[in-house]
Formats: sequence, structure tokens, C-alpha cells
Amino acid sequence: MRTARKHVPALLAAGALAAGLAGCAAGTPGAAGTGSNSSAGASETPTLSGAITVYAAASLKSTFTKLASDFEAKNPGTKITLNFAGSSDLATQITQGAPADVFASADTKNMAKLTDAELIDGAPANFATNVLEIAVPPSNPASISSFADLAKPGVKVVVCAPQVPCGAAAETVEKATGTTLAPVSEESSVTDVLGKVTSGEADAGLVYVTDVKNAGDKVKGIRFAESDQAVNTYPIATVGTSKNKELAAAFIAAVTGSEGKTVLSDAGFGTP
Amino acid sequence: MHRRSGTGYTGIPAWIYAIAAAGALFVLLPLVAMVARVNWSEFIPLITSESSLTALGLSLRTSAASTASCIVLGVPLALILARSPFPGQRLLRAFVLLPLVLPPVVGGIALLYTFGRQGLLGKSLELAGIQIAFSTTAVVLAQTYVALPFLVVSLEGALRTAGNKYEAVAATLGARPGTVLRRVTIPLVLPGLASGAVLSFARSLGEFGATLTFAGSLQGVTRTLPLEIYLQRETDADAAVALSLLLVAVAVAVVGLSYRRPRLGVAPEGALR
Repeated sequence: MRTARKHVPALLAAGALAAGLAGCAAGTPGAAGTGSNSSAGASETPTLSGAITVYAAASLKSTFTKLASDFEAKNPGTKITLNFAGSSDLATQITQGAPADVFASADTKNMAKLTDAELIDGAPANFATNVLEIAVPPSNPASISSFADLAKPGVKVVVCAPQVPCGAAAETVEKATGTTLAPVSEESSVTDVLGKVTSGEADAGLVYVTDVKNAGDKVKGIRFAESDQAVNTYPIATVGTSKNKELAAAFIAAVTGSEGKTVLSDAGFGTP
Repeated sequence: MHRRSGTGYTGIPAWIYAIAAAGALFVLLPLVAMVARVNWSEFIPLITSESSLTALGLSLRTSAASTASCIVLGVPLALILARSPFPGQRLLRAFVLLPLVLPPVVGGIALLYTFGRQGLLGKSLELAGIQIAFSTTAVVLAQTYVALPFLVVSLEGALRTAGNKYEAVAATLGARPGTVLRRVTIPLVLPGLASGAVLSFARSLGEFGATLTFAGSLQGVTRTLPLEIYLQRETDADAAVALSLLLVAVAVAVVGLSYRRPRLGVAPEGALR
């Protein structure tokens, strides 16, 4: 009891200090978090604190890293931990009880696995789209200029295996164009496809628009009209077991809000 | 557990048994957990599906080829490391053993920059009409790279244990070095060579990282059993578990073989396959 009493004045002081700081923050326009009501006063601010873990598809690495650090800067006292991997890996981990607060999937199928298992709070929000693009080494050794060129004999083309989202999209495009590819390799992830192109092993690879943009001048992107036959939609949602749903919701609001849209479209993502 | 038979003294305190049991459990429990997750009603169809059998066949063929390459390259390496001291021997041994501690994906990247189309040797090979990228040869190269140290370590150990007394005697009796190697040294270390070869085979069978990085993944060409498991895991957890169990069974059989053979004295030729 004695120690508790000793702490009371300290707590009061800390509370006063926090209120004072919150007052300052509320008084500064634009200091409050994006997406959350900026009219939030001293009573609202403390709810946006603590830490959450965001499980996001590997293709979101650069955008979510930026969005999370911007979010932390705007909401002092919050901590966003990011975990990037293939969407199906992440979905499996969450099903097995991994401590995720937010899940951002690269396709609706893996989000559906979690909503079907009733592991998701509310309805997922679609926040971005992505389409395929042909990636070739900068010198374009096989002179690829269209999707049909990929089927030319002798062209070493690498795609994702049909079991993973980028491979399923590639299959859809093949059907839509009537062009059947004879890939030299079917990789398990889009990163591996891009790796085979940047290293010059393959003449061409089918990856996402955002991967080409992210790779900079290591690869050249060739867009093709038929890519709109296979549009990947990215959903985001709060995981049901989250212990900080306010912060999770605020981060999702930041991703789906105007700032998120800007960052995502800069990276090549489309809007759903 | 604490046995006191014969002279009775084992020199092992009782608590060591407890920790040893925990260690054994640590290795066995994950296997038990995996077996518990197998969907037995679907097990046979899953492991006999066309893609599974193709992957298993490819794994066995490439591992056999890699083991042969390991013997061809590894026996001379082990001989010079064990028998003839020369400057830089320690350095050479360190480099030969490097793949043992290197993450396989690093080995894959290194192989890519050596034998890849844009690699150190790749361009010359391509001019000679040899294409390694995305071929079964690439899988064998990756497996040989990671498995070679196992053969060298086993054989070098066997050579040192055997000593060179018999070889010296054979030489004084007028046998030339080639004859000594063929008639004395190799028969003497055959059990060590056999267990080294079996370990290399087992390591080749499990090779994943270097293959994925260097060879790619295509059914029947480069998609070995571990790569097939990795891919199946994306969509069909049951298939991935069933194939994992198959791989464990093959590996256990292979390693079990390697630890029985040396006791029989000179290993029969079959063990070298």
C-alpha cells in the first residue's frame, strides 16, 4: 500500500503532463492521425497508443513500410511491427494462432480462408489492385514486345506456378489471349520470378506492375492490354483476436485513406 | 535407465540421461506431430499422384548423379587432405567444408554467378553449346555443391583413422602409388567411403535452397521433392504433409543404411549406389 500511495502524485503529474501534451497536439492542425477524427481531444488521444503487428503480403513491403513509419510519426506512442511473407503463408500462420492484429492479403482467396474460419473482425476492405506485366532484362535479349512474343520458340520465360496467386493470374491471361506459354520454370513466388529476370537467367518473366516499378532499372517492364483480364484485389482487415482494435482500425483507415492511396498509386498499385 | 551391468561404471551421471531424453524428444516430437497430421485416407492417392511420383523420381535420379559426382571429386580431395601435407592445406579444407555451414540459398546465388548465363563460366559454356540454366544439370550441380563436404569429411576421417602403415608396407614391397591406392587404401576405407556417399545422397535428397535459387522449378525437369512440397504447401496442406512424410521415410532408410554398413566390415558394393 505504501508504495502505491507514493506513486499517486507521480501518476497525477504524469496524467497532467499527458493532458497538456495532448492539448498541444490537438491545438496543432494536422498533428492528429490520418483517418481518425482530427477533432479528437485529450480523452481520445490516449486510445491511439500501444503496438500492433501487421501481417502483409510480400508485394506490399515498400508501401507498408512507408505507411507504417508515417503513421508512427503522426501518432507518437504507437508502434507498428510489420511482417511480410506470401499471403498464403501469412494466412496459415494466422490460422495457427500467430499474434497478428491486421492482415493485408495480395488476393481475396487467402482473405476468404480467414473470413471463412471466422478469424476476421468485420468485413475486409479492398484497398488496392495489381495487374501483371512482362519483365525483361534491360537489354531485352529476346526482343519481347507483346504477350504473344513470350510463346516464341527459344524464349526462356519464367512464371509463377498456378498454385500461387501470380501464377493463377498468368493462367487466366494465357486463356484470355489464347497464347500458351512453355515456361522454363514455374516459381513459388513472384520474387523468385523477378530474381531469374534480374540475374539474366531468363529472357522474360510475368510479374506484377509494382514489382517492375520496385526493381528500378534492373528490369524493363512491358505492359500488355490483356493484363486487365486478371486483376488482383488486395483486401485488408482486423484480425479477430487483436488486443488493440482501435489502433488496428486507425492503421487500416490510414491505408485506405488519401495518404495510403497516394503511396500505393506511386508504387504502381491501382484503385479497386 | 541407469544401467550397472558388468563393471557397472558408465561414467555418465544420471541427470545426463534426462537431458539426453529431452534432446531425443526435441528431434522426434516434430516428426510425431507431422505423422499425426497426415490425412491417412488420402495418403496413398496423394503420394502416388503424377506430380508427386515425377518429383520423387527426379529427386532419386539427381541425388544418385550428385552422389557419383561427389565420389569422383571428393575422393581425391579427401586423399590429399588426409595424406599429403602441403602449404595452404588448412585453407583448402576450410573452403571445401564451407558449403556445410553456408545457407544453401547463398550457395545457389554463388552457383548462379558461376554457371548462370551471365556468370563467370556461363558465357563460355553457352558458346560451347552447354546450357545449364533451368536444366536438370543445374539441380545436380546444386546438390553436389552442398553434399560434397559430407563425403570429404567422412572419408578424410576414415583415412586418418586407418593410418598409412599398410600403405607404407605395400610401398616397400614394391607396389606403385596407383596400386597402393587401388589395392590397399580404398579397400581399407571403403566403409567410410560408403557412409560418406550415403550421407551425400541424403543431403542431396533434402537440397532445397540452392536448387530453388539456381535451377528454378519445373515439373519433371528441376522440381525435386522438396520443391514440390514447398509448392503444394501453398494450396494443399494434406499433400505437403504426405510428401514430407515420404521424404522423411526415404531419408531415414538411407541414413539407417549408412549406420549399419560399417559394422559389417567392408561394405558391399551396393551401398555405394
